[in-house]
Amino acid sequence: MSEGQPASELEPVDAAHGPACAIDAVLSARNVSKCYILDEVMVNALRGVDLEVCRGEMLAIMGPSGSGKSTLMHIVGLLDHPTSGVVEVDGEDVSGMEPNQLASVRNKRIGFVFQSFNLLARTTAQANVELPLIYAGVSGSERARRAKEALERVGLGNRLTHMPNQLSGGQQQRVAIARALVTEPSIVLADEPTGNLDSRSGIEVMSILQGLNDAGITVVIVTHDARVARHAQRVVHIQDGRVVLNECVENRILASAEEAKLERDELTEDDLGGLSVNARVGA
Amino acid sequence: MNLAESFRIAIRALAANKVRSALTMLGVIIGVAAVILLVSIGTGVQTQVTGSIEGLGSNLLFVFPGDYGGSGGGGGPGGPGMSIRKQFNLDDAQSLQVRLGTDAIVVPVIQGQTSLKHGSKDWRTSISAGNESGMEVFSATLAKGRFYNRAEVVSGRRVILIGATVRDQLFPGQDPVGRVVAVDGQPFTIIGYFEAMGGSFSGDQDNTVYMPVTTAQQLLGSKDISSIIIKAVNADNVELLKVRVQQALKPKFKDQFTVFTQQQTLGLLSTLLGTLTAMLAGLASISLLVGGIGIMNIMLVSVSERTREIGIRKAVGARTYDILSQFVIEAIVLSVLGGMAGIIVGAGGAMALKPWVPAEVSPWAVVLAFFFSAAVGVFFGVYPAYRASRLDPIEALRYE
Repeated sequence: MSEGQPASELEPVDAAHGPACAIDAVLSARNVSKCYILDEVMVNALRGVDLEVCRGEMLAIMGPSGSGKSTLMHIVGLLDHPTSGVVEVDGEDVSGMEPNQLASVRNKRIGFVFQSFNLLARTTAQANVELPLIYAGVSGSERARRAKEALERVGLGNRLTHMPNQLSGGQQQRVAIARALVTEPSIVLADEPTGNLDSRSGIEVMSILQGLNDAGITVVIVTHDARVARHAQRVVHIQDGRVVLNECVENRILASAEEAKLERDELTEDDLGGLSVNARVGA
Repeated sequence: MNLAESFRIAIRALAANKVRSALTMLGVIIGVAAVILLVSIGTGVQTQVTGSIEGLGSNLLFVFPGDYGGSGGGGGPGGPGMSIRKQFNLDDAQSLQVRLGTDAIVVPVIQGQTSLKHGSKDWRTSISAGNESGMEVFSATLAKGRFYNRAEVVSGRRVILIGATVRDQLFPGQDPVGRVVAVDGQPFTIIGYFEAMGGSFSGDQDNTVYMPVTTAQQLLGSKDISSIIIKAVNADNVELLKVRVQQALKPKFKDQFTVFTQQQTLGLLSTLLGTLTAMLAGLASISLLVGGIGIMNIMLVSVSERTREIGIRKAVGARTYDILSQFVIEAIVLSVLGGMAGIIVGAGGAMALKPWVPAEVSPWAVVLAFFFSAAVGVFFGVYPAYRASRLDPIEALRYE
């Protein structure tokens, strides 16, 4: 996707109900609620959320902290169970599944990217990326090949044997993205992927996620940051456990353009103000 | 995911925490080594003691004053000083010899303690005294010189034969035969010395001097003797001889004497030492158990320390079984590696102790210790592993 491509191909949609996917939904949540008890206080994290993620789109789930956006991601990512409601992955209802079946669905169809990277310590980048393939029962040589391929795809082909503590935050997050990709999942779920990164690494990571989406992978980003959300094609706003707004992004930010801008700024030793980047891309 | 993969993951996890893994293994190493070492020493002592008794020949009868409760009652050969109503004397031995005739050789025996002095050196030692047939019943082998003869026994001559330890202490590197040594202040002529026999459960058998029984009576100022040892000329007659000895002594001593055959003594000692060995093994097993609990501790710590790791693994598709097998295998690898190291340490230690302590590495102890350590690993590894495998992925990921 090149700079200047209009992001307004999508029509603005009804706030309460997401757009019905024209082709098919990778993920869908219908009337999902989640309550849990925290320190003897009942918390209603989600109160009847409907969400559809269309195949091939890049979606942002946005909301302030405590809005329930992470809980929603955990539920659609099958890491957590809804109190009520239905979750479907690739059209398949997962409500009645055993923990081991859920593990298998996560393994094959979902890739996760977390704010805090969640790489195995004292384990090489390549071994980290191989991890899902081990549980998928892929043979050793095939694993190594695919892990190398995935790491090359995120620009870390020369860091195969580095341990997480020998990598920068941005590089660690790229290893995590490679791990999410390596099983060729239907969807990549990223929870605040830039939350622990400096702005430059954040831009790199967003650029990679956009690149993946361009290559046809469905990407969902959970964020509280409106700027990060504007990298997506569509944003679902969540507040107090409800979807309050569902909008298409106009003037989508393209991370590749920001990267190019950063390089230019570095050459002239300019200040890397977020506003100037914003203004430029928005212009 | 297959078993080989689980193994690789477990090894990698253990290698990532080398110090902790080594310390955990230490408990198992000590436990297994202790079991093997103690059982080896136990069996070694047992073999040596029964061997040395068997070495006397299977045709000996031991007659002790006092009622030890027939064949069973426990208690072995006792020295003087036990509370016994009626002691034997030389006449009893003499009349037994007359009764038994040429079927048996009767040796009256005195055992006691004394001190020797040669030059400026004092040395405490035990006395074994008998008659001229003493060599038939004492297990020592003459290295040089001669045993005392009948004339010397009859006249109570001050002649003495010394054991290897006594010789080493008083006459290091010299030939003691013909030299004079002071026994309890009285001069004795050394007429021979014995070869070393090695240690035994009852102390140093080589720290003994041998003299005529009459001489010992004078020395100790008593007409009593400690016991009577009878050697059957024909080994097949031992049981019959036992009955005849009992009949002969009954009129004078009533029930206040006990006749042991060598088989009985052997059986008694064997049972005793067997029990001792089992007790040692039991004590050592406690340390193995403690080692196992150490493994459980570390695995529990490891589970909570690696809760996040478990969360990550589950998020990317690990099933309950994968997590369970990973942690169980970690525990087994720890305990089996520890077990093997323990076998090396224990068996090596037993070998190294051999010059001083009779030790015999018994294969069953090695096999038992090894399987016990593996079982410890499984047993104490399963609970933490089960806990780890049951963790909810999101709970595990949230864990700080």
